[in-house]
Amino acid sequence: MANVKLDTIKKEYEGGVVAVKGVSIEIQDKEFVVLVGPSGCGKSTTLRMIAGLEDISSGTLTIDGKIMNDVPPKDRDIAMVFQNYALYPHMSVYENMAFGLKLRKFPKDEIDKRVRDAAKILSIEEYLERKPKALSGGQRQRVAVGRAIVRKPKVFLFDEPLSNLDAKMRVQMRTEISKLHQRLDATMIYVTHDQTEAMTMGDRIVVMKDGNVMQIDTPLNLYNNPTNKFVAGFIGSPSMNFIDGTIFKESGMKFIEKGTQLSVDIPKDKQKLLESYIGKEIWLGIRPEHIFAEKSKSSRISAYVEVVEPMGNEIFAYVTCGVAQLVARMSPMDIHTGQKTDFTFDMSKAHFFDKTTENVIR
Amino acid sequence: MNKSRTKKLIRVTFSYIILIIFCIISIYPVSQVLTVSLRPADRLLSTSLEIIPDNATIANYINLFVKTDFLRWMWNSLLITASVTLTGVILAATAGYGFSRYKFVGKKAAMQSMLVTQMFPATMLLLPMYIMLVNLGLINSYLGIMIMYSATALPFCVWQMKGFYDTIPSSLEEAGRIDGCSQFQTFYLIVLPLAAPALVITALFSFMSSWTEYVVAAQILQDTAMWTLPIGLKSFESNMSTEWGLYGAASMLVTVPVVVLFLVLSKYLVSGLTLGSVKG
Repeated sequence: MANVKLDTIKKEYEGGVVAVKGVSIEIQDKEFVVLVGPSGCGKSTTLRMIAGLEDISSGTLTIDGKIMNDVPPKDRDIAMVFQNYALYPHMSVYENMAFGLKLRKFPKDEIDKRVRDAAKILSIEEYLERKPKALSGGQRQRVAVGRAIVRKPKVFLFDEPLSNLDAKMRVQMRTEISKLHQRLDATMIYVTHDQTEAMTMGDRIVVMKDGNVMQIDTPLNLYNNPTNKFVAGFIGSPSMNFIDGTIFKESGMKFIEKGTQLSVDIPKDKQKLLESYIGKEIWLGIRPEHIFAEKSKSSRISAYVEVVEPMGNEIFAYVTCGVAQLVARMSPMDIHTGQKTDFTFDMSKAHFFDKTTENVIR
Repeated sequence: MNKSRTKKLIRVTFSYIILIIFCIISIYPVSQVLTVSLRPADRLLSTSLEIIPDNATIANYINLFVKTDFLRWMWNSLLITASVTLTGVILAATAGYGFSRYKFVGKKAAMQSMLVTQMFPATMLLLPMYIMLVNLGLINSYLGIMIMYSATALPFCVWQMKGFYDTIPSSLEEAGRIDGCSQFQTFYLIVLPLAAPALVITALFSFMSSWTEYVVAAQILQDTAMWTLPIGLKSFESNMSTEWGLYGAASMLVTVPVVVLFLVLSKYLVSGLTLGSVKG
């Protein structure tokens, strides 16, 4: 297994389009790192540069200490699972899985052993003689994973492997890939646009936007301590609520929303942070689960309930307060669409972001 | 329910009637050639509609082998056609791949100029190509006619192959590169097997365009020993009379390799081979 290091990696296409703008990531041996971000953020391009399928415009890529910039994909000792499976349609499942080993001139017995072992792990033993067209989406993706694991590569690369599966199969395969990581104890780099996949699978998550890395951290740290408004909004479902407002100092410190319908007291421990922002506009960020339907002395949040989504064990209430649109995640309770209710924020969990830089105020 | 069944029955019956009409239109001339080839010499101009005539004889077929150079012409045609087909398939398969997968200066211009060559009938190109072959000393040679046939068939074949390669997802080749394929192995082991239907169409097109060609061959092949089947068949026709019996028998035999080729290759003509490889 191996560590992977990206040092100010840049990808510039003909015509001057820059897809990746100097990304630096250090992935440890046996680590499961997820690259996540919206479409066009450069996550897949970064993965393809690690695989050798895209040339690196500048920067250095090292795998296990060796510079790989100009090494062809076949000599990087990596395996990749594609979003669209990319199984060879003219070959059986067995031949698909054995193909890479045959090219590397492995003995027949060894090939057979590895293919059958991998098939057993992935529960596809009974499909070995079938062609890919005779398999379901989930089975095809298992074969694609099988083709990767038989090679026992240094690094596994996954390019949105679950995107084409239905919701149920996606959850199932997600768990299986996580189990596989524990079982193989391998370095894995996984690309997805789905933050739930990222949160549940990764040891660390790299959040990307517009070709830049926004933050690299563990899932919980990303959730609890986002470094900027983008990360705060991208991680978590439903997303964090952002309220545009100003800091005032009058009998304590207050945050007052732009439409002046919402006013909250800033807790004492956070007042020092916001000292330099008095009279200035900032973003207040509050997660849906930190909003409660109750009256409080420290806040004046009278909101109009627009939609209530019952989820069974909880409800999502979409409310309007001044010009702010908020979503609250609450226990099932007697709250109705069209109702006007008082809400309160758990301000100890609130985040504050600079209006210009959108970075968290620390 | 009953109404829709009646409608379906009418539709199917109508389809069958149309298909049978077209089958008769297609088969009738062939059946007439067969009849002529089996008629005794004294009944060649008979107006009878029987497919197997009275006193049917295979004398024309025997005479074809005994009294004419038919076997020689057949050999010449097979040699030229096989070479043109093989050259066409190899060049179109590789050139089409290049056009489909690589970016290079002049790619668009090259593709368009190949398309332009298809707009001229072969007879228009006859004179300039004849002069070129004379200058190269290739008149009255197998190589000369092979070059002529390949040059006229290749542009269509390259376009055909390029179009098919475009439909093969490039992620298959990327998977191959990661699995350990070299550039050539990716082409040979992954792309080419998937392009079998297009290769078959290319092969059939190359074969048919040279197997039945007369005008170009008549200009370039002047030595009777080098004649191909179409020129040989034409020689049965003279100013005074035409040997229709031999003509018919030869025509029937000329179709045999074509029919065999279609039967052998038809199973590869089924497209959709890439089904199941990628989601999309």
